[in-house]
Order: sequence, then structure tokens, then C-alpha cells
Amino acid sequence: MPVMRVPPNAGAAQPQKMIHSLFLINCSGDIFLEKHWKSVVSQSVCDYFFEAQEKAVDVENVPPVISTPHHYLISIYRDKLFFVSVIQTEVPPLFVIEFLHRVADTFQDYFGECSEAAIKDNVVIVYELLEEMLDNGFPLATESNILKELIKPPTILRSVVNSITDYEGSSNVGDTLPTGQLSNIPWRRAGVKYTNNEAYFDVVEEIDAIIDKSGSTVFAEIQGVIDACIKLSGMPDLSLSFMNPRLLDDVSFHPCIRFKRWESERVLSFIPPDGNFRLISYRVSSQNLVAIPVYVKHSISFKENSSCGRFDITIGPKQNMGKTIEGITVTVHMPKVVLNMNLTPTQGSYTFDPVTKVLTWDVGKITPQKLPSLKGLVNLQSGAPKPEENPSLNIQFKIQQLAISGLKVNRLDMYGEKYKPFKGVKYVTKAGKFQVRT
Amino acid sequence: MTDSKYFTTTKKGEIFELKAELNSDKKEKKKEAVKKVIASMTVGKDVSALFPDVVNCMQTDNLELKKLVYLYLMNYAKSQPDMAIMAVNTFVKDCEDPNPLIRALAVRTMGCIRVDKITEYLCEPLRKCLKDEDPYVRKTAAVCVAKLHDINAQLVEDQGFLDTLKDLISDSNPMVVANAVAALSEIAESHPSSNLLDLNPQSINKLLTALNECTEWGQIFILDCLANYTPKDDREAQSICERVTPRLSHANSAVVLSAVKVLMKFMEMLSKDLDYYGTLLKKLAPPLVTLLSAEPELQYVALRNINLIVQKRPEILKHEMKVFFVKYNDPIYVKLEKLDIMIRLASQANIAQVLAELKEYATEVDVDFVRKAVRAIGRCAIKVEQSAERCVSTLLDLIQTKVNYVVQEAIVVIKDIFRKYPNKYESVIATLCENLDSLDEPEARAAMIWIVGEYAERIDNADELLESFLEGFHDESTQVQLQLLTAIVKLFLKKPTETQELVQQVLSLATQDSDNPDLRDRGYIYWRLLSTDPVAAKEVVLAEKPLISEETDLIEPTLLDELICYIGTLASVYHKPPSAFVEGGRGVVHKSLPPRTASSESTESPEMAPAGAPPGEQLDVIPTQGDLLGDLLNLDLGPPVSGPPLATSSVQMGAVDLLGGGLDSLMGDEPEGIGAPNFVAPPAATVPANLGAPMGSGLSDLFDLTSGVGTLSGSYVAPKAVWLPAMKAKGLEISGTFTRQVGSISMDLQLTNKALQVMTDFAIQFNRNSFGLAPAAPLQVHAPLSPNQTVEISLPLNTVGSVMKMEPLNNLQVAVKNNIDVFYFSTLYPLHILFVEDGKMGES
Repeated sequence: MPVMRVPPNAGAAQPQKMIHSLFLINCSGDIFLEKHWKSVVSQSVCDYFFEAQEKAVDVENVPPVISTPHHYLISIYRDKLFFVSVIQTEVPPLFVIEFLHRVADTFQDYFGECSEAAIKDNVVIVYELLEEMLDNGFPLATESNILKELIKPPTILRSVVNSITDYEGSSNVGDTLPTGQLSNIPWRRAGVKYTNNEAYFDVVEEIDAIIDKSGSTVFAEIQGVIDACIKLSGMPDLSLSFMNPRLLDDVSFHPCIRFKRWESERVLSFIPPDGNFRLISYRVSSQNLVAIPVYVKHSISFKENSSCGRFDITIGPKQNMGKTIEGITVTVHMPKVVLNMNLTPTQGSYTFDPVTKVLTWDVGKITPQKLPSLKGLVNLQSGAPKPEENPSLNIQFKIQQLAISGLKVNRLDMYGEKYKPFKGVKYVTKAGKFQVRT
Repeated sequence: MTDSKYFTTTKKGEIFELKAELNSDKKEKKKEAVKKVIASMTVGKDVSALFPDVVNCMQTDNLELKKLVYLYLMNYAKSQPDMAIMAVNTFVKDCEDPNPLIRALAVRTMGCIRVDKITEYLCEPLRKCLKDEDPYVRKTAAVCVAKLHDINAQLVEDQGFLDTLKDLISDSNPMVVANAVAALSEIAESHPSSNLLDLNPQSINKLLTALNECTEWGQIFILDCLANYTPKDDREAQSICERVTPRLSHANSAVVLSAVKVLMKFMEMLSKDLDYYGTLLKKLAPPLVTLLSAEPELQYVALRNINLIVQKRPEILKHEMKVFFVKYNDPIYVKLEKLDIMIRLASQANIAQVLAELKEYATEVDVDFVRKAVRAIGRCAIKVEQSAERCVSTLLDLIQTKVNYVVQEAIVVIKDIFRKYPNKYESVIATLCENLDSLDEPEARAAMIWIVGEYAERIDNADELLESFLEGFHDESTQVQLQLLTAIVKLFLKKPTETQELVQQVLSLATQDSDNPDLRDRGYIYWRLLSTDPVAAKEVVLAEKPLISEETDLIEPTLLDELICYIGTLASVYHKPPSAFVEGGRGVVHKSLPPRTASSESTESPEMAPAGAPPGEQLDVIPTQGDLLGDLLNLDLGPPVSGPPLATSSVQMGAVDLLGGGLDSLMGDEPEGIGAPNFVAPPAATVPANLGAPMGSGLSDLFDLTSGVGTLSGSYVAPKAVWLPAMKAKGLEISGTFTRQVGSISMDLQLTNKALQVMTDFAIQFNRNSFGLAPAAPLQVHAPLSPNQTVEISLPLNTVGSVMKMEPLNNLQVAVKNNIDVFYFSTLYPLHILFVEDGKMGES
């Protein structure tokens, strides 16, 4: 058989798995960072993205998968930045999207914010991180614990040390192999030591709901997470149990959780990563379990053939389990023909942006004795037809010390280490995508 | 102090300045200079001119500096192949370093230097690293093999790296296993024939073990690899499913979707009677729903995949309708996908809720979304009969809003509702007619014209309405022109006395003043039909229309099955097989769902249907897209009409008279004016000859033309061919042929049982086909068919079945059922079996 040599420049036609290049683009369309894992792909490939962006009008509406004659562009939009990855062949898009979100998470973790300024200020670290996170398009190290051993995050102290000493050893790169990377528990580094050993859990539940005009619930579910902040020395082995684990039938776990224990005993058993991480996320969907803590009375009307309308909304507590509802904000996207709004709130303050047509009412908390309301006149563009659509109200709120699903942590046990840790659980319920149709 | 300082350089002599700094004696200054170079690289500046100076910095024991230089090398080595050789020595040396981190770094970077010349130098270090004592180095080396293969495949094979890589699948470290799988999968993709990933129960077991222990990304590689395996029987499939199911609870959505792919594929092999089958179905719903609470980009990909999954197995999500309700601030690409799935899940049980939602959506701001919502209401009416009335009244409400695009969409869907439920909702026509003037989109205009033509007898001023469209005939789009032509012909056939002038006008507009061949051809066909045999014309043009399908844009079953194998990939987002869009189309293997191999259950298995044969419930459906062409289709394959009422009614007589006069003279007057000279109107003399003939003779004239050519001896019988191989039908082999003897058609079958169990309860069914072929008697297999037994049967056929045009014309789709399962196959029948022995085509 004749020997078939693949010419070196045949690269373009070869299957090039996974992520080929990454471009970071800000809202005004400047490409401010590019990274190529294989050969260099010209920035001009982003023109297809800009085209799609122009078509989508709103930044949120840019489709996440775009095909171009020679590449696919898979992008995410986070913190006012687009992460656009270039793909050359068949690849699982979720894989890419998950990875991009992980990159954004890592930037957030390293620099405190994921912004153009932070990335530009730390461009060398960013580059080293990207190189460490992906090899040949295969994700390599994405656990923050491991990354931090390989590449140290910038700290004020270290940059000071770096700048005043010309000592060669000062470097933000670790020079030993991260310990956790190959063990069966890659998420935890070895030799963790704390003087105060603490384990805190935040049970955070968000209510997603659509309430129709008449006030009945069209759809409601709870998206819950348990976020943990674990600062424990050594190799602690934790067991977290619940009063009512039956609530949790649709759960996603951090890889550290032993699935079998959960299946058989409904106990979360795990050796935790060090620091902050999301232990589980869960969904409670059966309608009777989802309490709706607030109600809204509303009357929004536009008169035919006149340039004004009336606006009147009142908020009251519903199933709030006796807790205070606070941090209430109401956001309304008014129809385009609305020119201005002249309203009076009984409490809090409101703003109306005549450009984006967004009304925001910062209510504060509800006191049942005097329900907060906002009413007044709406000025419409004269001569324009009365708007067909009624705006939806978007409600934000917060209830401390309550998990609306009723989920309760029973106890936390620790094995494998001798010391006594501080333990704590906090509950909070928030509005997620909570919409009231009018 | 931040890195932004690296961007500020003096404009003049930037490269020159950097060069000086790179060659500085001070190590710190060197490092700073390299950082500046990297910073330039990040914004796409070309700093390749500094190649030799940067490479000079490589020999250092400062790890950060080394890493930075490597970063640079990877970017530019390809453009400076000669210089890249300078780096080889350092790589070779670093691969021997006592620190595993440095060994791994070297082997990783080495593979990224895409320069053919230096690859040979890298083989020895790579070989050592593949056998390194440290798993971190081994796993990095595994990926390096894939990189090297990409540069020089032959070299990798010659050096035996592929075998080493295969050995790594048995490595003790799960991360090494995962990377080896990833590397092998990538290599295998460029060599589809090389049996690189030789999957067998042993290696599968290793992969499943590694699956539990490796990182999330490794899990994706392993799951994707598992999905390519075909278990040997249902028991193995079940045990793999059991071990994969825990992945459904993973926080990484890509892991979840890859697991869903494996489960969806292997489920094919499980019997629906198994308890486990039901358990698995239940387990699939929550993770899919959870994907919808993730970021919008993830939701989008998940929704595209769910769209496939609900088409394949609607039972999984049938109770989850509400999670697909649209939130007003969902991105538009999510909204549109959700709407699609809502329609697919709509059923009698949830239709009230769905309709209430759709009505809500129809008042939203986004035009595309509103249009789709209105259309969705129509689709609900067609899909769920009980809801039709409510849907129609909702649509009428929407028409009252007078919002232009809402009205137009509503009219388009109401036309489909009329098609589906004839003689039920025509009372709304008056309302529709009120909106005639506001229609400016071709599709809406065409729909409205269709309605007027179809119900011409109920609309008093139908002629005026159609005439008003005729004024600007040449400015209309083809769609509208074609529809107008058909509608006026319909009108003429219904009210011949008043509309003679109109029909002449439109026929002449279509045939003489238009340069669109479709329009001209249709005009001529009507013309010829009207002039030769108006009664037949009536039968053809006003024939009962075929049913429209309940679901539009269903994916064709074989493609759906292929796409199920590609869940989670780009193919699943575009709903196209990878071969259709992967650049170069190289290295694409068609995947198919595994056949069920257990032998004791009876359920449908659509994957066995040969291309083009839709399974069970879709047998008698024509997609709605075709319905505008319905009339023309009827014409093409007009069913040989049975039981002809003779042309005696006054209306029909009127039509005949008229043709004898008006149209004939019209044609006689200006035969030269007809644009296509080879399509001359038939001489007037033939008209009376045909008038007395039985119905359908006009058609038989047409067929005579073809049959004259195709006539063969009626007794010719093709040898039997295998139609359904045993391996596709759980042991049942069917071969057969068609015969025609003394005026009767039969299908001679030979059934062979190649399975180990007795087969009974045989039955046969044909899909609708071009000539209405259907079994004239049930399939008689008198005794149970024992293993290895063969039986010969002659199945009498007739041509009175329902008719549907097939592609090719003589394609016949057959379903054979026995006690084990239902099997589908398709075959082509020789056209001569349809011809009567005297050389004419049979008419009944």
C-alpha cells in the first residue's frame, strides 16, 4: 500500500476537535482578547457574529450557535461581554457553552469581577489560565482549587512584593504539580489547614412563576441551590441530612457527592472542595408545594384616541409564612408609545426611563397595615394607536430565614478528622423569574 | 500595578525596543519583555518577528518565564518552521526533568508546534512520556498523540503510538483513561474505517468504571464513546443504562445530555414491557426539565434536543408542558423553540392551558413570536380535534384586533383548519372576507384566494372578489398567481354561467402573458382538461382533497433516528445529519439506532423501516406544505374514478355546452398565440368523441401515452428478490415478486423463519401508493411457521386502495406483522402488472 502522507498544511481540512479559538468582545463590538489553541484564526471570522448581533437588535437575543462557511461560532453573553468560541467541526455545543461559562466563572473568581477592565489588567494571567484550562481543545483543569495551585490569583500584597523586589523567584506560577488533580478527589487539594474550622451552608430558593391577569398561577416552580463555604483542615468527610429529603426528587450534584449513598439513604455524603462551591441544585415543581408569597393588584389601561392612560398597582403579602418580605422591586417594560409616566408611590421611589421605557419601582418591604401602591397617569405619544399589549410586571423580593419549599437541614456530621468545626445553615427565598401578566 | 502597563509602548520602534529588552541580562526585565509580547499577542498584533529573541529566553529555570515562552511558541511556530527547530533541544531536555509538571508542560507544548519537520524529533520523548510513572504526564502525552496524528498520521501509526494509546484505556488512573478515549475518538473520526475504538464488553466495563471517577469533561468523552457501542442484547443494554443513569444528576449539562444520548439509544433495545423501561422513561424527564433552568444559551441547545426527544418518545415529557411556557423576557431564540415544543406536547388533556398561553403570546410585542403563536393556535386546532372550535373562536378574536400581521397569520392557519374539518367552520368566511383588503403578504393572499375558490358556492360575490385580485395579476407572486388560477377554475366549474369571461381571462393571463413555466403549465393543463372533458375536469379539480397531517415539520423517521444518535452535537442543534454540514464531509459515519435483539416482545421498531417508509401512524398523511399544490397533485395522479355519475345534471350540461362553444372557439381562434408550440390544444374533433366516454377517459388518454411504451408481456414475472432480510426483522425473511395473470395482480411471497421461535399471527398492510395497490385478501399463513421453515403464499392484489403519490412512482411500502413485531420494508413493483393484457391500463 502506498504511504499516504498528510501534508502539514492540511490542517484546515482535518477534523479539529473542540475549541479552536476564543475571542472576547465587549458591548461596543471591540475584540479585546483572542486566544488560539491551534493555529491562528483571523479576527474577521467575528464579522459573522457582528452580523448576527446587528440582526438580533438586543444583545440578549444573539443566537448562541452561528454557522459560517468554514466555522461554527458558539457564544455566551456574560457580564456585558461576549465569549465567542470558534469551532471547526462537530462538537457538543453544550460542552463548549459549559466550558465558556467555566472560563467566565474563573475570571470572576480570580479577579473579583468578569469585566473588560479586569481582564485587560490581568492579561498575562488570563492567558496562562486559558492555556491551563484547555489543551488541544480538551478541557484540562477547570476546578478553581487546582487552577489556583498552578497559577496564583493576583493579590494586592503580591503585586507589591513583586514590584519592590527584583527577586527572580517571585512568580504567579506554581512550580509543583497540583496535588488533587489526579487523585480520586480532584476537587480538593491536600494539606489544607485552618485555625478556625468552619462549614456554612446557604439554602437559597428562587421562585419562578407566571401569574395571569386574574391572579391565578399559570406556572410556578422553585429553583433551589445549596451553596457551601467549607473551611476545614485535612480531609474531612461530611454527611448532610435533611428533615424532609423527599422534596428533593430532581437534583443535580457536585461531583464530590456519593451518588449511591443518596440513592439508598437520602444523605449527602461527600469530601468537600476547599472554599466556596455549589453542593447541589434542585427543582421543586409540583404546584401545590410552591407558595406564592406576594400578590399584585393592578389596573393598567390606555384610553382609545387619547394620549393618556392610567396606571395603578398595589402589592400585598400572600403566603409568606409569617416572615417579612423585603427588597421588593417591580420592573415594567412599558409599551413603546409611552412617553412619560407621572406616578405617586405610597412608599419607596420609582424611575421611568423614557428611552428604554422601563419603569422601576423600588418598594422596600411590605408592612401589612399599609400596602404599598403606585398610581398615576401615563402619557402616550399623541396620535399613535393605543397599545395592543399590556406590559408584564417583573417582581423581585427576598424573604430571610425561609426556604419556601419547606426544605430543612437536619444535621451535619463530620468523619475523618478529630477537631470540632463551627457549623451553620442559612435559608433565604427570592423571586427568580417572577412575572405577573396584566 | 496591573498588566495594562504592557500595552503602553512608545509608538516608534516598538518591536525594536522589545528586542532589546528580550536580550537584556536582567532576568526580570526579560520576563517583563516576554509579558509585553504576550500582551500584544492577545489583541491580535503580529509579533512573530521577535521569534528568535523569545526562543532564546526558553532555557530558563524560571517556570513562569518558560510557560510564557511556550505560549508564544505555540502561536508562531507554524509561521517560523526553521526557527522552531531551535526549540527542539529544550523540549527533549524538559521531557527528562525530574519535575512531572515540567515534563508534562514540555510534552503538551511539543504537540502544539505544528511543524512537520520537527515531529520526528519528538517521537522519542513522547514514547517515554506515554509510559511515564506519573499519571499527569501520561494523560498529557495521550492528548499529544492526537495532536501529532493531526500533523502526521503516518508517523504516529509507524511509531506504534496508536497501540500504546489503546493500552492506556486499561490504565489504572481514570483521568488517563478519559484522555486516551478522547484522543482515540478524535483520531478515529479522521479514519472512520480504522477499528481504533474496538469496543467489546471488557473495554466497555473499563470505561464504565472510569466514568465514575474521572472529571466531568472526561465523562463526556466516555459517554460519547459509549454511545457508539452496540450492546449484544437487551440485558447488556440494560446494565449499561443502569450504570449511566447516575450521570443524569450531574451539575454539568453537557454530561447530562451525553448521558441522555446513551440512554435514548440503548432504550431502543429494551422491551417496552420491562419494568425497567418504564423506570428509565421516568428518570429521563427531570434532568431534561432541569436543563431549562440554566443559562439561556444552554436552554437553547437543550430545547433543540428536546424537540428531537419528544418526537421520538413523546411519553417522556408529556406531563411537563408548563416548563415550556414562555416568559416575556426569555431571549427570542428560546421563545420560538419553546413554542415549537408546546405544540408537539399539546394534547386533549392540556389543550385548554396551551390555548390560554398562546392567546397571551399573540398579544406580545415581538412580531416573529406573535406570528408563530398565531400559527400555533391553528396547529392546535388541527392536532386536537376537540379544541378546534375554541381555536377558531380564538383566531376570530385575534382577527378582530385588526393588527395586520396577526390577521394575515390567522387567515393562513384558518385555511388549514378548513382543510382538516371541511363543512364545519365555514360560517366564519364572512369575517375573513372583511379583511381581504388588508392582506399584503403572498401567503395570506394565497390562503384567502384558496378559501374563496373552495367555497365559491357559498360566497355570493366570489367572482367579484377573485376578479379584484385579477387586476394586478402580474404583480402578484407566483404562489398567489397559481392559487388564483386554480380558484377561478374552481369557481367556473361551480358557477359556469356567470364566470365564463373570468376563466378565459385568467387562462389567457396564465398561458400567454406569463413567463413562469409552472403557471403556464398549470394553465394549459386546466385549459386542455376543460376543453376535452369538463366532467372529468370537475372530478379532478373539485376532487376530495387528501388529509393534511396533524403535525407539520415532523422530522422524517430515519433522519430522526439518526439524529437521536447525535443528541448533544451540532447536528442535533441544526436537525441535520452531520454529513450535511460538516466541512468536507470527511470522516462522517452514518449512525443508526441499534436493533432490538431480544426475541420475546412485540413492539414497533421504526428504525427498521427502510428509508422513506414512515412507521404506523403516519401512514396516511401528506404534509400541509403540499396542500396548495393539492389540486395539481390530484391532477397528476387522479384516481381512476369509480362509479361514474353520467353527465346529466344541468350544471354539468351547462359546462359541456359552454366548452363546445366558448372555449373551443377561443382555442381555435388563436392556436399560434400559445407560448409552448409542442403543447397544442387537442383538435376540436376529439371533444365530442370524449364527451360520451365514461369518466376518467381523459386521464386514460394520458396514461395510454405511457402505457404504450411500457407494455410488456403480461406474463413476465421477475425472479423473487429478498425484500426484508432476516437480520432486520428478528429472523423473518421475506422475498417476493409481483405477477399478473389473466387480469389479476398478485404478490408472490416467500416467508422464511430464521429465528429460533415459532412465528404466528401474520398480517400484511400496504401504505397508500400511487396506483392504489392493496391486498384483496388477508395474508393467509395457515399453520404457525416453525424455525427454518419456509412457506410460499400468493397474495391477490387489487387497485382500489387509497392513492398517494410516491417517489418513485412505483414505490410500495409494506408493513408485515407477526407475533414478534411489526416490520416495514419498501419495494418497487413493475408497472406492467397494472396494465391489462391488451396493452391498456386497467381502470378499476
